[in-house]
Amino acid sequence: MPDGGSQFVRLAGLKRYFDVSAPWLVRVIEGRPRQIVQAVDGVDIEIAKGETFSLVGESGCGKSTVARLVVGLYPPTDGSIAFDGNDMTARRSQAEMAALRRRMQMIFQDPYASLNPRWRVFDIVAEPIRAFGLAKGKTDLEARVGELLRQVRLTPADGAKYPHEFSGGQRQRISIARALASEPEFLVCDEPTSALDVSVQAQILNLMVDLQRRLKLTYLFISHNLAVVYHISTRVGVMYLGRLVEVAPTETLFRRPKHPYTRMLLDTIPDLDMSGRQRAPVAGEVPSPIDPPSGCTFHPRCPFATDRCKAERPRPIAVDGGTVACHAIEEGRLAVEERSYAAAT
Amino acid sequence: MAAPSNNPPLLEVKNLRVEFPTRRGTLLAVDDVSFDIAPGEVLGVVGESGAGKSLTGNAIIGLLEPPGRIAGGEVRLEGRRIDDLPYEEMRKVRGAKIGAIFQDPLTSLNPLYSVGRQLVETIQTHLPLSAGQARTRALDLLKEVGIPAAESRIDHYPHQFSGGMRQRVVIALALCADPRLIVADEPTTALDVSIQAQIIALLKRLCREHKTAVMLVTHDMGVIAETADRVAVMYAGRIVEIGPVRDVVKHAKHPYTKGLMGSIPSLGIRHDRLTQIDGAMPRLTEIPPGCAFNPRCTERGRRCLGERPDLMAAGATRAACWLHERGGVGTAVTKELADA
Amino acid sequence: MAVVVADWLKRAADSDIWWSFKSSPLTIAATAVTLLIVALAFLSPVLAPHTPFDPATLSLSDGLRPPALLSADGDWTYPLGTDEQGRDVLSSIMYGTRLSLVVGLASVVVAMLLGITLGLVSGYFGGTIDAVIMRIADVQLTFPAILVALLIDGIVRSVISVKRHDEIALFVIVGAIGLSFWVQYARTVRGSVMVEKNKEYVQAARVIGLSPPLIMVRHVLPNVTGPVLVIATINLGLAIITEATLSFLGVGLPPTEPSLGTLIRLGNEVLQSGDWWITVFPGVTLAALVLAVNLLGDWLRDALNPKLR
Repeated sequence: MPDGGSQFVRLAGLKRYFDVSAPWLVRVIEGRPRQIVQAVDGVDIEIAKGETFSLVGESGCGKSTVARLVVGLYPPTDGSIAFDGNDMTARRSQAEMAALRRRMQMIFQDPYASLNPRWRVFDIVAEPIRAFGLAKGKTDLEARVGELLRQVRLTPADGAKYPHEFSGGQRQRISIARALASEPEFLVCDEPTSALDVSVQAQILNLMVDLQRRLKLTYLFISHNLAVVYHISTRVGVMYLGRLVEVAPTETLFRRPKHPYTRMLLDTIPDLDMSGRQRAPVAGEVPSPIDPPSGCTFHPRCPFATDRCKAERPRPIAVDGGTVACHAIEEGRLAVEERSYAAAT
Repeated sequence: MAAPSNNPPLLEVKNLRVEFPTRRGTLLAVDDVSFDIAPGEVLGVVGESGAGKSLTGNAIIGLLEPPGRIAGGEVRLEGRRIDDLPYEEMRKVRGAKIGAIFQDPLTSLNPLYSVGRQLVETIQTHLPLSAGQARTRALDLLKEVGIPAAESRIDHYPHQFSGGMRQRVVIALALCADPRLIVADEPTTALDVSIQAQIIALLKRLCREHKTAVMLVTHDMGVIAETADRVAVMYAGRIVEIGPVRDVVKHAKHPYTKGLMGSIPSLGIRHDRLTQIDGAMPRLTEIPPGCAFNPRCTERGRRCLGERPDLMAAGATRAACWLHERGGVGTAVTKELADA
Repeated sequence: MAVVVADWLKRAADSDIWWSFKSSPLTIAATAVTLLIVALAFLSPVLAPHTPFDPATLSLSDGLRPPALLSADGDWTYPLGTDEQGRDVLSSIMYGTRLSLVVGLASVVVAMLLGITLGLVSGYFGGTIDAVIMRIADVQLTFPAILVALLIDGIVRSVISVKRHDEIALFVIVGAIGLSFWVQYARTVRGSVMVEKNKEYVQAARVIGLSPPLIMVRHVLPNVTGPVLVIATINLGLAIITEATLSFLGVGLPPTEPSLGTLIRLGNEVLQSGDWWITVFPGVTLAALVLAVNLLGDWLRDALNPKLR
């Protein structure tokens, strides 16, 4: 982790609660309580310029909510989001806000839902350019869109077509071209390959790596696929029930996982190298985020849980170049073991 | 590993063709697919979306959605032809001899009945048991698939179970009549990774204990590598490679399988770039002549453009690729020639 | 330009809608009937054999002639006969249909504009605005449309004089029918908007920072037009019927400017004396028009619903 200095993106104490209660009248008549989902419950993340920070976790852990908080699709319930030193939650003029928005864009999961089916590809890619007034006239706009399409290995002629004429992988390229249209520095990628077939996933991941290098992009990458995360990330954060349980540089996280949940997740990666690697059986399921367990929320599934884990929420502590929120690690009663993976053929 | 070859196969699929009549002509979604499954064997069928793997599974269990229909070939279970059975007959076979597990557990469960009632009904349809005996068996099955506190959960409704638990109930339902074969179509795709691992482990254990054969349809090579004895790789409606799972995963012979394996990120070594197969699988309306993979293939020759290869011996596996025939692929072709 | 049109035609000819249209003889027949009636109605100043509402051309001696086929002298001057004032029934029908269509189309447009706007606002913003709009819609749905229209017409009548009312009768009736039909549009649009607004393409537009009205008009609206079009077509038939009902009850358009409904009412008054043609022919025209339009609406609903294809 690059130390000191100003981090490019900094999330501090970020919280987002959703009210999923029944309507007021129903609650009063049936005597039901309010129900609050703590989708994100106090997350601190710092992302350095040029790196790829990944968030992993199972569905409902809050990783997608973090992504949407960062780009401003939801306002946070509490906490702050700073982008290049600017507090994004502060009140600002529209022009200032637009100037900041232009610098961060998002790539979505579903290539079938993320493109307006009634728009031609040209207009889809041109929308951010028009919205931010980046083009000087029609010729400039056409040149820019053509270049963007070429950048994602499509042709300028594809601009005349509609989204339904493209395959899933090609649509995701269009989505990437749109995200790049405002010349952003920071891209939030929410499961960009999980709806794609593996061979197409490889194309998109390669493209993202190429673009990052060429355009000096910073990525926040959201995924549940650990192999993909291992491939693409500089650093990885593991989320469980709205909280970050571990953050570490990629190699450290995969070779020396510390939090019991991280270890469990790594155990679920299928053994494609057929090395006969033994994996611990995984127990239990993710509890409901409406009524999360007390203390460390992982304690009902954790083989190392003690009374302290049930009562007290663990604070993140710095270990081995990363941070871990676990009493067992803090107390030194859980040893860190080295993991190795057979080299692929 | 695969059962000895002198055993008669449990399931024989020969030259199966599935077609969809549309207004733009009839689309051949499954094209001349043949394979066997031995008793107790797990055959993985892997491929990308649209490769025809799910349709193959649905054709075998007689649940093709209209207007899809079997246009040729035959399916035999224990030597008896089942692809031409009337609907009612097939329904009996489906419960008693073949169990089915689908991607979304909710489609297999009736939301209006408790899981116990659904299990008991299924058991009594296929086995001569009294209501009490059937309930005992239902309870045993729920325990076997790892439902905690099965005694109380048996009277719960499907929506009261989590996704992983629901899939366990579906597996129990598929096992009701102790079938010889289970067709599992993407059984873990809708589940979280930690639950996926649990379900795969469960399936493996049950099949071993019950000596049930499984046709496991999935897009996830990881699931196949963990579970299957043999694997069939499908592309554009055809099997392009079939063989023991270890050989296919580690020493693939078809260029498509090789590319597919290379495109999966590995935990062993961090490569700068992943191997990628350019392009995408053709739509059913645009399948090229010759080998359907030829526009994306880096090793194609002139022969691949005109002649469609059948499965042929290639090392320990069988692959549908001219590279493995004496004649080879013929002279190399450039992109321009292929497009012309 | 020609290239664009050719491209559009090619896409249209290749579309599922066109294919579904071609393969339904009933729909083709319904379209033909609709087009025929619409053409005859709007070309009535040119095509109609008489100008029935110009008192100068009328003579009472021509009153109550039966249809030509039934008349003793075989005179084809009045093909469908005349009414008691000597007006040609065929010409009256052509002019009347034009008026019925104008009222129908205009009130559908009013209902659509109102319903789409309220539905978009309701669905996109949700919360209190949504609750208020939808409760108003619920209340309105408890009254039959014809009652709402009668109520609005009654209010207007009590406010202004009879003569003035006759002058603006057209606008009153369009407004009354429009106001009684907006609920369906609002509900449908609201439902579609609530689905569309959570789709990722809308989120992408929000990430760019587009304003909600812009997102609604540019992104959401084009994607909810399908169901709206279906309702509009089916509502057109309903609006024409409602107008006819109101006019039949005597609260619609005045006899000086008769629509199909007015013609049926006028004819109905003399039906007892055996002069059936004055009311039957407008009635048949109305039935044919509404049936054809409704068949088109049914087909459109099925054609736009991929589940039924």
